[in-house]
Amino acid sequence: MVALTSAPGVESPGAPRGGAGLAVLKRSWGRWVVLLAAGVYFLVPLYAALRFAVQTPDGGTSLGVFSGIPDQQGFPDAFGLSIKLAVVTTVITLVLMVPTAIYVHLRLPKVRRLFEGITILPIVIPPVVLIVGVLQAAPGALKGTPYLLALEYAVLAMPFAYRSLDAGLQALNLKTLVEASRSLGGGWLTTGFRVLLPNLRSALLAATILTVALVLGEYTMASLDQYETFPVWVVVYDQANAHVSVAVSLLALVGTWLLLILISLIDTRRRSSPPGES
Amino acid sequence: MAVPIEQSSAALPPDDEAPAGRRSGAGLLRSAGALLGVLPFAVYAGLFLVVPTAAIVFGAFQDPETGGFTLGNLGIAFHGIYLQGFVTSIELSVITSVVPGVLGLVIAYAVQTSRSGALKRAVSTASGVFANFGGVPLAFLFIATVGSSGLAVDWLKGVGFNPYDHGFSLYTFSGIALVYLYFQIPLMVLVITPALEGLRPAWREAADNLGASGWQYWRLVGGPVLLPSFLGSVLLLFGGAFSAYATTQALTSGSLAITPIQIGTFLNGNVLSGQENVGKALGFGMVVIIAVVMVVYAVLQRRASKWLH
Repeated sequence: MVALTSAPGVESPGAPRGGAGLAVLKRSWGRWVVLLAAGVYFLVPLYAALRFAVQTPDGGTSLGVFSGIPDQQGFPDAFGLSIKLAVVTTVITLVLMVPTAIYVHLRLPKVRRLFEGITILPIVIPPVVLIVGVLQAAPGALKGTPYLLALEYAVLAMPFAYRSLDAGLQALNLKTLVEASRSLGGGWLTTGFRVLLPNLRSALLAATILTVALVLGEYTMASLDQYETFPVWVVVYDQANAHVSVAVSLLALVGTWLLLILISLIDTRRRSSPPGES
Repeated sequence: MAVPIEQSSAALPPDDEAPAGRRSGAGLLRSAGALLGVLPFAVYAGLFLVVPTAAIVFGAFQDPETGGFTLGNLGIAFHGIYLQGFVTSIELSVITSVVPGVLGLVIAYAVQTSRSGALKRAVSTASGVFANFGGVPLAFLFIATVGSSGLAVDWLKGVGFNPYDHGFSLYTFSGIALVYLYFQIPLMVLVITPALEGLRPAWREAADNLGASGWQYWRLVGGPVLLPSFLGSVLLLFGGAFSAYATTQALTSGSLAITPIQIGTFLNGNVLSGQENVGKALGFGMVVIIAVVMVVYAVLQRRASKWLH
């Protein structure tokens, strides 16, 4: 954080040196070539996808493909299932992670590293491996429901949710807040719901957005567990109409992009006015 | 900022443990009671993370017919097509971590040495966005671009060069590698930028004053300081590429035999009798490889933090 805020200020020293005019020019020429090449590589696929999506069979262009998406066969069910999974996963993640993260920060600072290590574990175990173990170990009743996916998505979301919450908690003076609330007569529930959660608002929102984005985009586990969630539908539907699949993909990427921009906006606001920071 | 925290928590345990050793039974009971607060989380992680992982490890060593202990699954998993799968996976992951590692470093350096704050912010935001593009949507983006009738292929055909006549295909190794660059390069930019920011201008000035050339500065000062961060970042990219499944599956429908795809086919039911547990052996192999990579990564991160904070 320190590096981030000070970065724009420290650029001046050492940049232009006497007699180095040509070298600077050469270097900045190189810089623009690099950035231009990167820009082309990253933007051309977006442009190509947009062009492909709006092409009509007779060679014209039409935005109809976008407005027609909700009517495509299977879309409402697949998208509905993904939304349901996103809601259930978010509830599980928040109910499980928020109290635990607060408790660990407040009462068990010694096990914080261990806790952090456990939340990172899902990164070491690839989803494709995890789902094999899950389908092996889960009881039949759970295997018959798509909500088994939500239970596992909460595991996949742990690293992201924990990091958001951890950042939020570290920015707070947790001990002072809790002691103040307790000494003013607030019970544990009051302290939690009326003091801590409002202060953690932006961290909670970031954790929620990351979890939702993860669930809406997850393909591996859903396809191997044979449930047609939104990303699985996109792949299956490609056989019927490739234009629709490309259009939906483009929308999904733009949607993810908007969600992430939202997080960075929340983040900036949190930095400029840190609530409760001492 | 991360360093003082690390140091303080590293310094804490000895201070606390000394009295804890002498603590009475009541004290022990109290700290056991304190651990009850993390019980729900521990139970959940146990049921949905540890138990499935244990099932993989157990299954990897279990004979599917007799239920007894066997090394046969691992034997099959590390021979023939499955060994080839690991080799292809590792080749793909090395290429799609080293190449974007270098390109990402170049881009991050180009941005870092610029004096435009707006450029820095724009690249950092864009990297955060593109690093999260992945899975199925990315596959379709590239079908429209470098698929056999994609836009970029049409352009190249227009100037008389059809990449599909020269061994390139989106649906094989080369194509998959190209697609992976799309999220690996921005990820590299994100993770290496803090390290570049940690290179202090004063070091460069000191080297200049002592008469060092640019090459000498990089070989003797900048390079050694950056190296652990660079290698660590490349390992992070390797881990991501190695465990990726969705993009490849969506593009090739499983025809590119990398290990994650092979594991997937075991779940889809096309399994020879007696080989039911080979998929678990493959999964076990993947977890071991990623765990080794992550341990080396952690060691490199520790080294990197010596100079860069």
